[in-house]
Order: sequence, then C-alpha cells, then structure tokens
Amino acid sequence: MSGLRQEWEAEAPPRNCTLQDYQGVPARWCPGCGDHAVLNAVQQVARDKQLPPEKTVVVSGIGCSSRFPHYMKTYGFHGLHGRAFPVACGVRSRRPDLHMFVVTGDGDCCAIGTAHWIHTIRYNMDLTILLLDNNIYGLTKNQTSPTTRTGERSNTHPRGNVLPPLNPLSVTLGVTNASFVAQTIDWNPPHLYSTIRAAYEHKGTSFVRILQRCPHFTSHVFAAVQHDMSQVLLLTHDDGIPLEPSMQRLFPNRAAHDPHQLAAARAVAERDDVYPVGLLYRDERAARYDLQTSQGLGKSQAEKMAATEKWLSRYEI
Amino acid sequence: MSTTMADLEATPSASTVRVVDQHIVEIVSDSGEGAQTCGQMFADLVARNGNGIWTVEIIPAEIEPPSRSRAGASGNRIRLGSNPVTNAGDHADIVVALNEQVLYSRIDAGALHPGTIVFVDRTWAEHPDDEIRRRYQEAIEDFRRRGYTVIEAPIEAQCRQHTDDPRKGKNMWALGLLCAIYDLDAATVRENISRRFSRKGDAAIEKNLALFADGYDWTLANVQQRFRVPAHKHAQPMVVMNGNQALALGIMAAGIEVCSMYPITPATSASHFLANALQEAGGFVHQAEDEIAAIGFAIGCSYAGKTAVTITSGPGLALKTEFLGYAVMAEVPLVVIVVQRGGPSTGLPTKIEQGDLLAALYASPGDSPKIIIAPATIEECFHFVVTARRLAEDFRGPVMILSDANLATGQQPFPKPQLQSSWLAPPVEQAAWDQSVPPFAWDPETGLSRRPIPGQRGGEYVLTGLAHDEASHVAYESAINQKSMEMRSRKLAVLKSALHPPQVHGSAEGDLLVVGWGSTLGCIEEAVDQLRGEGHRVSSLHLRFLSPMEPGLKKIFERFRKVLTVEVNYSDPADAAFITPESRRYSQLSQLLRSQTLIDIDCWSQVPGSPIPPSRIVAELRRRLEMLRQES
Ligand SMILES: Cc1ncc(C[n+]2csc(CCOP(=O)(O)OP(=O)(O)O)c2C)c(N)n1
Ligand code: SF4
Ligand SMILES: [Mg+2]
Repeated sequence: MSGLRQEWEAEAPPRNCTLQDYQGVPARWCPGCGDHAVLNAVQQVARDKQLPPEKTVVVSGIGCSSRFPHYMKTYGFHGLHGRAFPVACGVRSRRPDLHMFVVTGDGDCCAIGTAHWIHTIRYNMDLTILLLDNNIYGLTKNQTSPTTRTGERSNTHPRGNVLPPLNPLSVTLGVTNASFVAQTIDWNPPHLYSTIRAAYEHKGTSFVRILQRCPHFTSHVFAAVQHDMSQVLLLTHDDGIPLEPSMQRLFPNRAAHDPHQLAAARAVAERDDVYPVGLLYRDERAARYDLQTSQGLGKSQAEKMAATEKWLSRYEI
Repeated sequence: MSTTMADLEATPSASTVRVVDQHIVEIVSDSGEGAQTCGQMFADLVARNGNGIWTVEIIPAEIEPPSRSRAGASGNRIRLGSNPVTNAGDHADIVVALNEQVLYSRIDAGALHPGTIVFVDRTWAEHPDDEIRRRYQEAIEDFRRRGYTVIEAPIEAQCRQHTDDPRKGKNMWALGLLCAIYDLDAATVRENISRRFSRKGDAAIEKNLALFADGYDWTLANVQQRFRVPAHKHAQPMVVMNGNQALALGIMAAGIEVCSMYPITPATSASHFLANALQEAGGFVHQAEDEIAAIGFAIGCSYAGKTAVTITSGPGLALKTEFLGYAVMAEVPLVVIVVQRGGPSTGLPTKIEQGDLLAALYASPGDSPKIIIAPATIEECFHFVVTARRLAEDFRGPVMILSDANLATGQQPFPKPQLQSSWLAPPVEQAAWDQSVPPFAWDPETGLSRRPIPGQRGGEYVLTGLAHDEASHVAYESAINQKSMEMRSRKLAVLKSALHPPQVHGSAEGDLLVVGWGSTLGCIEEAVDQLRGEGHRVSSLHLRFLSPMEPGLKKIFERFRKVLTVEVNYSDPADAAFITPESRRYSQLSQLLRSQTLIDIDCWSQVPGSPIPPSRIVAELRRRLEMLRQES
C-alpha cells in the first residue's frame, strides 16, 4: 500500500506473538464481569490470527465495556460516549492495513450512538463490532438502558421499566446493507471465541451482540439463562459459527439456520421465547464503503500536486 | 452570423464616456433566468481586463421562489475598480433588473440610492394581465420618485427576435448591455460566449452571440450613460474564485486527503467542489450522518495518520464541540473550518455574521485551548488551510479556521498560488517507534510532543479523552491533571512567541484605532482610508490569529486615545434602555481584547445579515471622532 513510508512496506521479520503481547494494563472490571471473558476471547483471536499488535486498533466509546482498549496492548482509541463508530470508520477509511475491533455498550450503541450504529452498519466498512450488552448502564451506576427488560428496576426507573426492550439484532437486521449479524454469550468461552473469530474473518462490518453479565447491577438478568441453557437456541449451519460437537451438546436447544436468508434471520431475531446464539445473517456481497474511501491511497505527492494545479488553473484569468 | 456583429467593433458614441475609478453593478432576475451567469461572465471579463473586482451572489431564500417576487431575486453584485477591490461597497451605480419586483428586493436590502441607474425590462408594461401591468407602472413611478434614473429597456421584445424562449436569453442580452456601457472589448466577450456554450453546439453559440450583439447594439443606440473604469494589466497570473473554492483548493494544496462533513449553508459549496476535485488528488469527501459523526470520522483519520478536515457552520459547530474538546485533550491534529452564518440557532442560514468566535473558543467543556485563525481575504482562505494543517501537526491539536458567508460567496482576484511540495502532508510515518518515548513526552518547557501512529511498532498506546499521564494511561491524580492542563495550554504561548505583532493600517498612533477580524478587512480599511484622506487621526488593525492572539497588542493600543472594535456580531448599544456600562454586553472580539489588555476597549457591532458597508463605518467613526474631539 502506498501513502505509507517505505520502512513499513518491508514486512517485519516473522515473529510469534503470545497472549502476553496483547495484554495491556490489568483489567479493572468487577470480578465476574462478563467483559473479562470477552477480553480473553479477543486476545486469543488476535494471537491465533497472529495480528501484529502495532497493526491492531481497538476503538471504543464510554462505559465499563468501553474501557476495553486500555486492557489490550495494541493501539487503542477510547473515545466519546456513543461515538466509537464514526471514529472507527474514519480510521478504517484510509487504513485497509489495520485490524480493527470496535467495543461498545448497550447505552453507547443503542441509545446515544444510535444514529452512528445504523449508518455504520450501512457503510459496511471492515470492522468487528462487539456490543457488550448487560441490559444496564454500568459505569454511571445502574440506569435503565434501551435493552433493559420491561419491569426491571433501576435508579432511573425505581418502579420498573415501562417500555419493552429494544432488540439490537432486529434493529441491525433492519438496516439496508447489513452484512454480518451474530449473537453470543459471555459464559460460553468456546462459542464466544468462535463467534468473534468468525466476525473478525468476515470482510465488512460484523455486528456481534454479546449477552454480558453484570454481577454488580444485573446479576439476576442472565442468571436464569445461564443456569437453564434451554432458554438459549443454538443456530447451526455449515456457514455459521463453527463449534465442536462436544460443545454443541451443551446447548439442548439447537436449530439449523441458513445465515444467507434475511427473512429467516429477522424471524429468528424476533423470537422472544429464546435467545438465539450463532450467526443470524451473513452477506459477503454487501457493498463496502471502505473499498471506495481507500481508493486513492496510491497517489504520489507529484500526482496530488498535478491534480491541485489542474483545478486551480480553472480559476485563472 | 448576424450582420450586427460587425458593428460591435464600432466605438460607442464617445460623447458621454465618464472615467470612474470604481463602480458597482448589479444584475437581478427571477431565479432560473440566468442573472448569475451574466454577472459571473461580466465579472470574469473585467477581471481579465485587469480591473480589481469583488463580486457577491444574490441568492433567493427558497429553492424555487415564485416568479416576480421580492423574495425571489437572484443575481450578482459586481464592484469593479481600477485598483484591487476589497469589499462589495455601498450603493449600486447601475442595476439591471429583469422585472420590477426583484428590483424591490434590492431596494429593501438598501442596495440602491438616489442616482442609481436602473434598467428594467419593459415587457411587463405590455403584459396581458392587468394586475401585472398596473404593478409595473406603479413601480416605475415609484422608482422615479425615489430618485433613480430609470431606463425601460425592451429586453424581452428584443430577445424574441433571436429566441423562442426569451427567459433563457435575457441574460446574454443584459451582458451585451453591460459590455456596451463599460466599453469592454467585444471580441473577448465573443470568445467567452463561444467557449461557454461550446458544449451546447453551434446553434446555441450563434443564438447567444446574437442576443449579446443585440443588447450591445441597442445600448449603443439608445443609452447615453457610458463609463470606463481604467484597468492595469496584471503582471502575474491571477485567479478569481470565492472563499469556499479557495478553502477547498487550500485543502488540496495542503495535501489533506479527507474532508468529512454534513451539508450546511454556507459551508457546503466547499464540499461540492471537493467532492469532484479531491478524488483526483487521491482523497475523498465523506458525507457523514451528522456533524458529530463528521468530526469523529475526521479525528479517526487524523489519529491513523492522515490529518483530516471537517467543515461546517454555526449549528454544526455546536454539535462538534464535544469532539473538539476530545481533540484538544487527546492532542489530535485536525483542521476545523467554520463558515459562519447568522445565529443563534438556525438563525440566518445564508447571511453574514461573525458570531461564532466565542463559541469556537469556549464551547467545549472544561479548559480547551486551541488555535483559531481567521482569514480576512479570499486569498487568505487558501493559504490559511495550508498553515492550519501544519500548525495542527506541529502543535498536535485542532486548528479552527473561521471564515464567513461574506468570504464564502464573494469573489476576488489574487495572484495564482505557486504550489509547493512542502505544503503537502508527509507520508504517514510507519518506522518503528522508540519504545522508551511515551506517547505524550511533553517537553516541559513547550508542552510539545510527538505522537505514534498506528502501524508504528513499539508505539502501541491508547488514546483517551480521560485525564491521562505521559503514557496515556488514565490518571486522576491532582498533580498529573495540573501538569497536563498546563502542557496543553503552554503550546499556545509557544505559538504566540513565534508570531509577529500585527501591522497597523495607517499611522502607528492617533485618536482612534479600529480593530477587526475576518471578512470586514476591506470595509474597515476603506472607511479608515477615507477618513484619513480627510485628515482624521484614525488607523485600523486586523487580527488573523484569534487564539493565541498576535503579540504586542497592548503596546499598539496604548498609542491611541480610543480603541474600538468593528464586528458583524451582536453587542448592546451603549445608550439603550436598561443598558449601563455594567450590564452592557460587548461584541465578541472586544470582550477578548478587554480581558487580555485591561484596556477599556469599546465596540461598534451590527447584525444586518450583510457586510457593514464602508459608508456606515465611516458615519460611525465620524461620530466617535467627534465625541473624542468634544472630550478634549
Ligand atoms: C455525552 C455523555 N453523556 C453521558 C455520559 C455518561 N455516561 C458514561 S457511560 C454511560 C452509560 C454506559 O452504559 P453502557 O454503554 O451500557 O456501558 P456499560 O457501562 O454498561 O458497559 C453514560 C450515560 C458521558 N460520558 N458522556
Ligand atoms: S458494573 Fe457491571 S459492567 Fe461494570 S465492571 Fe462491574 S460488573 Fe462489569
Ligand atoms: Mg451496558
């Protein structure tokens, strides 16, 4: 790729990155917080894919979950509440060489960042989005989030949430040009790992909603699901999230689901009797904005000056 | 080719040609009748001739206003002079109006005065609709009562001889009229017309040449008034463009590859230009989902090594402020262009105001020191972008450029910039980073530091808007917070130490010093020159750097008995009800200057939605000078 200095173009000599090479400062989340599991999974994917740490960028917003980049030893961008997406798109627009993860929370993505969420899905740039959905605002201490279930109490709704929760999967699947939509749970590391890995490997925006336990504020919310796995529906398909048969057996509820069928994906997303986990939808042919935005990267300084001169000359008298 | 073309070379009846050193012309029509094309072609001709010009677009508020409506006036004002012209001036000397109602909109705008020569299409006098005929007659009588020299020209009737659709031809006829009045070389005009319509084919060229010739001939035969504005051929190549085009070309010349924006008047036209041009230079325009995303996207590009620009106007600036604060806190190089319009809120979308200075300085939460510069001319719009990118990178933070609707739509010739390779952004650094250097290795004296770019091995760090230490680790300790605040602020003092004191226009001492910033330069200096010509001890000073300000201001101010800012933003009139020296709200620059210099700087500011013409400034300065005379 041009536009970058020569030194970079000569690839670094082969090296073997270990987990440690991806571990930043010790994570400060509460013990038992689901975020730890996601961090481990991302670090494992990075190691297994041997992503050079200097070429890996994790972008986040604000929230407990958005502290994520600090705990990675890669490049990171801990931004503003709700605004991780535009920053990530900007980074990606001129850097096809980087490996990018975006970490966001249910407030960050589904409340304050909603406009960007919708449009980022539509832009379909090569990004791996991880929505750490604990159904609550954690960092600001227990306020209702858009995904909080009806009746749940919080500091802002002490008598219980009156509204039905927003469904991040169906919203995402409703956006034109969505290209990868999956759901997983923080308490099944193999499925979590496999999902994030598949999301990373997908070229385009992959959106992964992760049901994330917040033992501090919403310990009860996913407790029932965690203990009764029949509330989870494992989606299986050859083009879906790969999972060892031994692991599959941990999910008593399994259903074949073809991720290329949008209508079927939407129907599964809408189910309120079970949490579907796995790949709901994938479309490798969705238009990618980053292929457009990175097109001119090869231009030399001389070519840029010539183009400027050409346009400037039009105004000559 | 029509036989009349041969007549074009005939000299207009020499009897009444008046030589003037400057003149103001307006051409207005319903939108869609091409007055703007006529105005632009006329401006282009006189500029090529070597005249100084300043042109302003006259834009209707609606996209498709009803015809013959006051709100629908569309066209151009062209001020031409023997010397460089720095502003749109006062009253028009000549107005060509394709109907009487659009002329009223110019009267309402205060563009005319007794003595203005107005050409009105007299086709409306014969219109089948009684009401239209009546309104036309009433208007013509009214115009005469107001003291205008009214010339009813048979524009439509003449055009019908050459085209079935005179609405589309009147503008070329009017161009012929203007060229005859100003004795412009018809051969050059013919060339221009042929070039302009070349894509439409020979028939279109012929038709337009015929319309032009007809207007020209009719004027020679029927109009007494002729003027000549002597011109000097330019010694060097010149360009003519408006401020937004200059900003856009500055963006390209600076090697900025990404312009991230959300459409907003009056900033958008810069992005329209870039949408086409930037791609040829390898970049692109990102039209984001809103202004917050636009700046976030730009910051993402900058963080990844390609300093980007985001361009907006007041309401967009309001949305960007949180990210602006982030760019200050996390020290992300970024160019933010604000083409100001009238505020507050949605305000006056197409009109002029300098109301966003304090918002630019202070709108972000907490202390967010940033560089702010304001071009005063169209040429500066170009060069300031080049400067802004370099400052953003050297000082590692956002640089704001405050332009305004006056610069955005005004056109002025200036020497064609000689593009330099040193203006371009260098390629993104990707060599290994010395791991012993933290990402914020603030120089304890200057606060300056270098940043690692993703891709640089050994430089891995996490950018954050939270308080952080040199390693960019989140740090809430008092001492670290105190120090990092100091480091970010120090950079402005360092920049200031590298700037020169601004040049006083006029003598370095006197009774009254007028201070301005941004697009008011031409109007202020013209007013000051006029009063100096009359022997008054008045000078002016124009600031380009607003944060930090150029040094030495206090010393300059102390040499004058009174210092007064003139700005196009709101201040309370000193003598209004309830207004006392204590309660009076001052204009924006004067507030800043007062606090910086502890000098009792006064202000005179207005929000007319248009530039304050030199005559109004002259009148106010006279009043102030008289007050000073009485005091002593
Ligand atoms: C503009 C702005 N508004 C509000 C906040 C306060 N705030 C910080 S995090 C947060 C909610 C976080 O919830 P979520 O995104 O679900 O993340 P979690 O902490 O649950 O991981 C809020 C409201 C802020 N930092 N910035
Ligand atoms: S408050 Fe909840 S989400 Fe935040 S760190 Fe603690 S457990 Fe995790
Ligand atoms: Mg949350």
